Amino acid sequence: MGWRLPLRTALWTLRGKQPKATADMVRELSHRREVYSAVPCHLHIFPILKRLQSSEPERACSQNMDEEMNDFMGRKVSYSSQMCFIPEESTNSVPCYRLLSTHGDLLDPSSINELDKELCIEMYRKMVTLQVMDTIFYDAQRQGRISFYVTTIGEEAINIGSAAALNATDVVFSQYREPGVLMWRGFTLQQFANQCYGNEYDLGKGRQMPVHYGSNELNYLTVSSPIATQVPQAVGAAYGLKMDKKDACAVTYFGDGGTSEGDFHAGMNFAAVLGAPVLFICRNNGWAISTPTSEQFRSDGVAIKGQAYGVRSIRVDGNDALAVYFAVKNARKMAVEEFRPILIEALTYRVGHHSTSDDSSKYRSVDEIEYWRTRRDPVARLRMFLQSNRWWDDENEDLLRQDLRTQMMSVLHNAESKKKPGLSNLFEDVYDVIPQNLKEQEQETQAIVGKYPKDYPSDVPLD
Amino acid sequence: MQSPSSLRSFCAAAKEMTVRDALNSAIDEEMSADSKVYLMGEEVGEYQGAYKISKGLLQKFGPDRVLDTPITEAGFTGIGVGSAFYGLKPIVEFMTFNFAMQAIDHIINSAAKTNYMSAGQISVPIVFRGPNGAAAGVAAQHSQCFAAWYGSCPGLKVLSPYSAEDARGLLKAAIRDPDPVVFLENEILYGEAFPVSAEVLDPSFVLPIGKAKIEREGTDVTVTAFSKMVGYALKAAEILEKEGINVEVINLRSIRPLDRATINQSVRKTNRLVTVEEGWPQHGIGAEICTSVVEESFDYLDAPVERITGADVPMPYAANLERMAVPQIEDIVRAVKRACSRSARGK
Repeated sequence: MGWRLPLRTALWTLRGKQPKATADMVRELSHRREVYSAVPCHLHIFPILKRLQSSEPERACSQNMDEEMNDFMGRKVSYSSQMCFIPEESTNSVPCYRLLSTHGDLLDPSSINELDKELCIEMYRKMVTLQVMDTIFYDAQRQGRISFYVTTIGEEAINIGSAAALNATDVVFSQYREPGVLMWRGFTLQQFANQCYGNEYDLGKGRQMPVHYGSNELNYLTVSSPIATQVPQAVGAAYGLKMDKKDACAVTYFGDGGTSEGDFHAGMNFAAVLGAPVLFICRNNGWAISTPTSEQFRSDGVAIKGQAYGVRSIRVDGNDALAVYFAVKNARKMAVEEFRPILIEALTYRVGHHSTSDDSSKYRSVDEIEYWRTRRDPVARLRMFLQSNRWWDDENEDLLRQDLRTQMMSVLHNAESKKKPGLSNLFEDVYDVIPQNLKEQEQETQAIVGKYPKDYPSDVPLD
Repeated sequence: MQSPSSLRSFCAAAKEMTVRDALNSAIDEEMSADSKVYLMGEEVGEYQGAYKISKGLLQKFGPDRVLDTPITEAGFTGIGVGSAFYGLKPIVEFMTFNFAMQAIDHIINSAAKTNYMSAGQISVPIVFRGPNGAAAGVAAQHSQCFAAWYGSCPGLKVLSPYSAEDARGLLKAAIRDPDPVVFLENEILYGEAFPVSAEVLDPSFVLPIGKAKIEREGTDVTVTAFSKMVGYALKAAEILEKEGINVEVINLRSIRPLDRATINQSVRKTNRLVTVEEGWPQHGIGAEICTSVVEESFDYLDAPVERITGADVPMPYAANLERMAVPQIEDIVRAVKRACSRSARGK
């Protein structure tokens, strides 16, 4: 690790003195906001990333350090006659990396030269598409046209920003609030609708609830409901990629609630031990259904947990699409080149309800929801950035949204009018090859349905 | 334990092999043949396996293919399943299937159901193996039989070997199978030696999944069993032979799919059925077999089906209590006699 010490300490060391980190010094450092580089220096290509603030409460514990070090099971442990408990929380919380202000201004204006205009515009277009798709599917559920839906409102920047930074061959293990990643890779609005309606064109053959999309072709594993089970699965896949020496990583997404699961602990620990090229992306959106993060964990969020497992981590402003993009891009490079896991905690807010089965006004204030929806919208933020650079304008905006609405209406109508998957889909894919007993059951069922058609749904084809 | 003498009449035995060696050789050969196969579990590497099943494998294949895992069944099962999604072929070892309960969400929700839920896009070529059922003096949390639980789940294949031949052939089939397989071994059987033919020792030897084996042909009554109970059933058959009752013993080998054809064909010949298992009675393997026979061969039954199962209690520790909580050879003998109407019902 390339730690750069503050000048005063460096001079003391040169003079052969033991730098004594007093409590005063710690306070002074925090006040002066000294900048340390905590990342390896090969990241010079992304200069905007090097500005990370570090907090050093542990310095206070290193007073009166004993010279004698003990090799304890492969680690050098120094002894101290000062009894010191590691505090449960540090003086400063883990800093949050961002590139854009809340109003879309580049915090470092010179970094505009590192941005790709076309990419930024495409990211914005996809974020708007996601927002419009969600709004229309949510309304469709309210109208009884689909049975269930989960929106991603407020988390568009995490979805699209991270997706844009990955390669198409990176394998994605999502939770269920990341359709934007699938969308970025090419899943069409029609395909999303087909899955929600469970019609004969659904890639999932009508097997699953809405929002449980998946696509082999796009390397996005079919969504599975249990929380955090995808975390160790991603580590397993990453291990496979490593054994195959592929230029690809596994990526797994989960919420703040998911980090409480045993699977999160196992996944992080194993990934570090195995040296698995995997990105752990946590959407810390403040709520796990009705459980706020204050009741979910007592740590300083999720990024801090990384070091406990020996996993490099970063906290990023999840509503800043550019920050998410660059953080994931760098993380991916480290994961693939150094065979290590990286933990990314993206801070955001779940603007929508947990799902259409939830009414979040029952457990949080409508004012809070409205504030984040209107004043901290990631889509609007990127729009302000684009427009201030004259890369986008109101006319583009109106055209895009109009076009999307028209598309969505047609897509819904198409999906609705299609037949449901045929009866044979009930019995296939239980195993690789359909076993004899299921073949017999299928024949039996076909015969009965053929004989008593009035007792069975008319929109289920018999084939 | 001596290998049952009755077995010698069924194979032209060139040599004997313990179940432990049979499993070890099966894993060794499959890992040599396919670089995607790997083994993971607690103590499988440096320790040579908690029961020495994976002896020598770390030395031969290296730490990339034989993984010692930290202690989290839920964790390493999830990782194994994830690697299977990617295309590797993991063999996940549980120190006992009792510990697999910590991982059962991954076994069922992540492995068993995924091919179906993903509409065939994601296959899960994984094997979950380890000791199942009662050992000796290990009490409630180390003695449960999981055949019925896993056997009820569509999407899983469930196998339970008895002999060394079973162990080799079925484990090889399981490793090669594209679907998730639960492989229920038995700790007591690991050390037992069985005769094996040259055919069984060949690296290409494999047994079909879903086929039971008639271990002993008979005419008067059909006794079904799996794993350790096959040995007990064979011993009971020897005792009953002396009393003039000719018992047909079926070694199920495959819990799911269950070989209903072989079982029914046998009952149609003998007209009497006794099912034997170590696990709990309610919703057990015997219950399913009984129903299958009632559904398909009711007219052929000359007597009600007899079920021999473990007692409906968590396994006690004290040796005398433990003995009463699992089926003994005498229980099987008495049940066969009841089925043959040789003594009053009820005892």
